[in-house]
Amino acid sequence: MTFSVRTVPAPTAPAEPACDVTTRLGPVTLPNPVLTASGCAAAGRELDQFFDVTQLGAVVTKSIQLAARSGRPTPRMAETPSGMLNSIGLQGPGIDDFLAKDLSWLRERGARTVVSIAGSSVEDYATLARRLRRADGVTAIEVNISCPNVADRGLVFACDPVAAGDVVAAVRHETDAAVPVFAKLSPDVTDIVAVARACVEAGADGLSMINTLLGMALDLDTMRPVLAGVTGGLSGPAIRPVAVRCIWQVHAALPDVPIIGMGGVRSGLDALEMVLAGASAVSVGTAVFNDPGAPPRVLHELVVALAERGFDRLSDAVGFAHRGPA
Amino acid sequence: MSEATARPLQVRGEVLSTHRVGAYHHLVLVAPGVADQARPGQFVALALGGPDTNLVLRRAFSIYRVSTRGVYGGTVEIIYAARGAGTQWLARQVQHTRVDVVGPLGRPFAPPRDVASATLVGGGYGSAPLFALAEMLQARGCRVDFVLGAASSDRLFGALDAKRMGSIVAVTTDDGSAGTRGRVTDVLPAVIERAGTDVVYACGPMAMLRAVSVVADSYGIPAQCAVEESMACGIGVCMTCVLPVRGDDGITRMVRSCVEGPVFLGDRVRWDDVGTVPADALGAPR
Repeated sequence: MTFSVRTVPAPTAPAEPACDVTTRLGPVTLPNPVLTASGCAAAGRELDQFFDVTQLGAVVTKSIQLAARSGRPTPRMAETPSGMLNSIGLQGPGIDDFLAKDLSWLRERGARTVVSIAGSSVEDYATLARRLRRADGVTAIEVNISCPNVADRGLVFACDPVAAGDVVAAVRHETDAAVPVFAKLSPDVTDIVAVARACVEAGADGLSMINTLLGMALDLDTMRPVLAGVTGGLSGPAIRPVAVRCIWQVHAALPDVPIIGMGGVRSGLDALEMVLAGASAVSVGTAVFNDPGAPPRVLHELVVALAERGFDRLSDAVGFAHRGPA
Repeated sequence: MSEATARPLQVRGEVLSTHRVGAYHHLVLVAPGVADQARPGQFVALALGGPDTNLVLRRAFSIYRVSTRGVYGGTVEIIYAARGAGTQWLARQVQHTRVDVVGPLGRPFAPPRDVASATLVGGGYGSAPLFALAEMLQARGCRVDFVLGAASSDRLFGALDAKRMGSIVAVTTDDGSAGTRGRVTDVLPAVIERAGTDVVYACGPMAMLRAVSVVADSYGIPAQCAVEESMACGIGVCMTCVLPVRGDDGITRMVRSCVEGPVFLGDRVRWDDVGTVPADALGAPR
């Protein structure tokens, strides 16, 4: 007696469509445009448990300061509709520990690293850049001049074009020309293009936008602020339209300046929207808290979305929405 | 329950069943792989609200128990109170709802090196992880006693399990609706004295852990306390779940309860300073 067996093909992962997703950020070319967002990925090690961080365009570190910082008291977090407020206050290890433990790990792991730096004076930023110049494994520097969780709003450099330019000039001066310097901008300004222009004139190779928006929530049982720090930075999908608007305005004014877009990206289509508005790369931030596998998923979805729209190259899609009617 | 050093998994879980237990809910989730790695005291972080949700943060739940065998290929059980939008959504879900599961996460309870007498203290649904712990301790030949407390009898969890497993089971409620009227720490000293307790394990609200830690200290015995801090991610990247903890070097740091905890030695946590940054903490504002 004979019988036939119908063989079932083993399921295979859907083939990645052919699309050149390399992206240029000033003097550096990344293999793809999806990055982590500063403050949402620590220094990559925790996320490497869930996916291979070397698959990303780059890991963007939590902002590093000169000395270790304890951050603000708890509660540091409040969930809001399609978003969250945070008031961490830049808790971190300081540059020495970062170089010895985190950057060395990222380098050995083979990840490209964008080091975010934060300080409270122009001299702090210059010193940090000087320390990084002597370190190996720095793909780019993101200058965080826009963290809202500081006691004095006057210290938010990104709220003032002159102060923003001063910080960027100091970092650019201390940084190797082969390492691009990106300035991270705040949306909480009247004219983001003026701040962007000041940063570029001061030597920024590109711009990262947006940082969180300053927000606040009250606990209606205690009738007091939810956050120990009273105010916090709003992030998540709720702020994505603000980010798209900022990217659009700055790309329209400064079309040759590369932009890393961030603010509420949780899918490849969200990333595509930022690319079409003018971003050459996209950071995935708060979405990681909900889905630690979000960055590689966003990359895969972005590649599919580009191919579906007939793009062979990511670079052709950057700023595409600014062109006249189809 | 085996190696804790294994990396956490992210899996597409599925609701197998959900029941009311007094004021709480008991959820059984199919979560392939997570059950095999889980150890008592660890937790899972669930993405709640469904695909179009406006809830962007994960919810952390202490693991009640796991089953690695059976037709479902590994289940994880949790006990929770439906207090916010996420847990209220979870309470409405029926069998087969997909729930993304990350886990097991965090440092588990550490078993004593030698055979010992262990007293397990739970407040409210905080008692949930203590029963898997009791099984593990008994398998090692340890004596296990329970002190369970809650605001009222419907908020006590696991008293029957405790009676099945424990030598002594002491129950307290704030309103006297079950057991002794009062707090767990009102009866804990008597249990410690009768049981000859060598180690206390505790899980529950911060104020209870602090009080339990003080009692354990007064008897010169260690207390392993599993804390409940609100978390956004559960995996160590968001820095929201920090509390001040003294290290081996005597220096206080703001440490993440998700990766450095949730289980801490009670005498290392600066309970009175939780919710603040002590002036002598590493990197405190000057």
